[in-house]
Amino acid sequence: MITTSKKVIDEISFGLLSPEKIRKMSATRVITPDTYDEDGFPIEMGLMDTRLGVIEPGLRCKTCGQNVRECPGHFGHIELAMPIIHVGFVKTIFNIMKATCRGCGKLLLTDKEVEKLREDYKKIVEMGESTAYFAKEVAKMAVKVERCPHCGRENLPVELDKPTTFREAGHKMTPAEVREWMEKVSEALGKDLLLLDINPEVARPEWMILTVLPVPPVTTRPSITLETGERSEDDLTHKLVDIIRINQRLQENRDAGAPQLIVEDLWELLQYHVTTYFDNQTAGIPPARHRSGRALKTLAQRLKGKEGRFRSNLSGKRVNFSSRTVISPDPNISINEVGIPIRVARELTVPIKVNAHNIEKMKELVRRGPSPEPPAGVVYIPGVNYVIRPDGRRIKVTKENASTVAERLEPGAIVERQLQDGDIVLFNRQPSLHRMSMMAHKAKILPYSTFRLNLAVCPPYNADFDGDEMNLHVLQSEEARAEAEILMKVQEHILSPRFGGVIIGAIHDHVTGCFLLTYKNREFSREDAIRILSSAGYKGKVTGKMKGKEIFSKILPKGINLEYKAKACNGCEKCLKEKCPYDAYVVIKNGKLITGVIDEKSIGAFKGEIIEYITRKWGTEEARSFIDRLTKLAIAAIMTIGFTTGIDDEDIPEEAQLQIREQLEKAKKKIQQLIRAYNEGELEQIPGRSLEETLEMEIMRVTGKARDQTGEIASKHLGMDNSAVIMARSGARGSMLNLSQMAGCVGQQAVRGERIRRGYKNRTLTHFKKGDLGAEAKGFVSSSYKNGLTPTEYFFHSMGGREGLVDTAVRTSRSGYMQRRLINALENIKLEEDGTVRTTTGEIVQFVYGEDGVEPMRSIRGKAVNLDLIIKEVANE
Amino acid sequence: MKFDILKHKLVPHHEILKEKEVEKLLRTYNIRKENLPRILTTDPVVQAIGAKEGDVIKIVRESPTAGTSVAYRLVVSKGIE
Repeated sequence: MITTSKKVIDEISFGLLSPEKIRKMSATRVITPDTYDEDGFPIEMGLMDTRLGVIEPGLRCKTCGQNVRECPGHFGHIELAMPIIHVGFVKTIFNIMKATCRGCGKLLLTDKEVEKLREDYKKIVEMGESTAYFAKEVAKMAVKVERCPHCGRENLPVELDKPTTFREAGHKMTPAEVREWMEKVSEALGKDLLLLDINPEVARPEWMILTVLPVPPVTTRPSITLETGERSEDDLTHKLVDIIRINQRLQENRDAGAPQLIVEDLWELLQYHVTTYFDNQTAGIPPARHRSGRALKTLAQRLKGKEGRFRSNLSGKRVNFSSRTVISPDPNISINEVGIPIRVARELTVPIKVNAHNIEKMKELVRRGPSPEPPAGVVYIPGVNYVIRPDGRRIKVTKENASTVAERLEPGAIVERQLQDGDIVLFNRQPSLHRMSMMAHKAKILPYSTFRLNLAVCPPYNADFDGDEMNLHVLQSEEARAEAEILMKVQEHILSPRFGGVIIGAIHDHVTGCFLLTYKNREFSREDAIRILSSAGYKGKVTGKMKGKEIFSKILPKGINLEYKAKACNGCEKCLKEKCPYDAYVVIKNGKLITGVIDEKSIGAFKGEIIEYITRKWGTEEARSFIDRLTKLAIAAIMTIGFTTGIDDEDIPEEAQLQIREQLEKAKKKIQQLIRAYNEGELEQIPGRSLEETLEMEIMRVTGKARDQTGEIASKHLGMDNSAVIMARSGARGSMLNLSQMAGCVGQQAVRGERIRRGYKNRTLTHFKKGDLGAEAKGFVSSSYKNGLTPTEYFFHSMGGREGLVDTAVRTSRSGYMQRRLINALENIKLEEDGTVRTTTGEIVQFVYGEDGVEPMRSIRGKAVNLDLIIKEVANE
Repeated sequence: MKFDILKHKLVPHHEILKEKEVEKLLRTYNIRKENLPRILTTDPVVQAIGAKEGDVIKIVRESPTAGTSVAYRLVVSKGIE
């Protein structure tokens, strides 16, 4: 049993390791660059010395006497022949150099100035603000000084030659000289080192120049033995070998009195190796490479970036009790449910504690084993994978031992039961951009291998079924399940906090289905009406023929009163309300649809007025039930009526084609006129624009108008008996613009909002004359998608299309990074019980949440209350 | 004549809290002065109303959803000029 003590971290201080401390914590000095001898045994005082810990089973650590599993590893050290600058501190060293005198080590400021700085420093600390900038300010003041006010030495300019070379007035300084300077500084400044953002209690400037290098334990750089018996060392070990080799040569040469030049070369080489050992991506030097040419992964690379220790292993972890597979639709399950394949359900488990009340049931469960045969007529019953005995032992349940394990089951044990219908699970699709990207569902175990979800929950996850995969997590504690059920269930997210409206609602065929059902109040035979209503779960009697609106009214809750304009609304100047000629004014009275068609505006995701009203008035449970009924009704309706779409939906009669061609000819002529006027200088300039810009704008206007007109001609011949038009008008899929591009003409292609003009000199393609300003030469596509584009049109269309693709790619990566920064900045801010928003340190960010205390999810499209609706309701009563 | 920024329509109402009010404020939120949001002495409005370092300023903003929203700020000076 692990005992825990209640200790609270008050503060953390960061300091530097002193050479003495490095030697003190070292288990051995490392002197040989070799790792193993011929027998494959670690060499003493080598990099794999058993005093640094053990990585092979069977060996014992010479420092702590423990084996592989117990020994945590121990540091060693390398005595560097010459001092080496630590890359990580180059900036700090440089700052100190700027602020101090090389002669006496004191700050290059008068005593009075220093006194003032001490006071300022105190103030900053009291305010609890960062002192990091302060040191920079001090240095900035000091560089301007010409002569040291204390010893009178001239203050020569210091330069930093990245990454690790310092120059004073152009002369190179050796690391030894730098260290000497730093020693003087810590001697002369004492407590005033604080002004340079260094705490003298834990760090001295000269420690930033290494004389001893710590060697990390072998456990942090384990070597791997390949199947062939060959040993492959860790990148860090490789780098340490390099360091020891050069260090040895440097020492030998220096002791033998070799020429200064050779010693300096070796010194620099050692500096390179130590620098890359810390960070192999240091700017200004080539990265150290493996024999294969791969750059080595050294200390900084282990920590940095997406694959580094922080983002990959500490902020993010891999978890158990999770699963991932392809998703597919299932219109027959509720929006609250998720279909889980049997294979997945057998793998995922829920822990159940055995007690006096459930022991018989649990015994029966365990007796089934891990893969029970379901009884006839049932596809799945849960089994048990593991049993954890009260003493903590984990027993795998197999077919063979199931009955014995069941017999020995006692209260206090934990049975890991396989998933069953009704278990609460979390379901998630990446990218998890908002809270609705991860919602709680009730499990429903189904055959086949995909996760199944109701179509109405596609919009919040932004899912489709072209190969999307989703993740599923099984909750393991009662608290987690309760919390998920209350806060995360799908039905709790019908209203989105993003805009205070519905996000879960009908899509595609649901919208078409309801539209067809209610449009022109179609009549249904008794049989059809029964079929539609029974699939939606209607239990009442159907006595005869029924109208569409009557059928739809059956699924509306009793007592619902609503009045709004449907999507089909044209925005007439004077609204005729109930007498709308387009049937676009929806009136629902006491649960009956009186007038209006049901389209996207009534039931669609992102819009759905009816769903929104039900959720607010009767709560999420009623709304869930309504959406379930609605989707089933819509599917039954569309199947009864029949619906199909194809390329012939865009067929238009010969005469219409002729008209379109005429219009296009007219537009082209108009453009020619404009160009002529421009050439002859008769074009009237728009204020604030050049003549060329005026021409371009005029032409863009003409081409835009031409496309709209052809669209109008086309849509005149595409009536409400046309499936594509029904989809566009009801808001199920596509728009009238899409249709007019398919049937009429695609229109002007643009890059950066202008007609296409790049390509060859003074022309876009060699098919045109130089300086041709006409429609075809500048990317006007007069063909329709259905008739097909000419080669030049196709090329221009690709140009416009490519720009769109590039834009989306750029936008997603940029907004992703922005969101990452935003989340990291805000993740610690919390709404407290008194309504204030505070940081973890108790600083107040907002005195009232959002400055108005309104929760977006319960707001009405951003407002706290909808006064109009309240007044209307009160007036009706 | 100098332009009076306090009369500009985009500048919300600022006032310096009296000592007693400050005490009461700190008690209601159970906080120390340092936990308040800050405003610099160099802020134009702070200078216009003559607030000193250490004062607490009450700001009353008009909001389309909340009517008025009240916030408080502690006046602080920059570390070094």
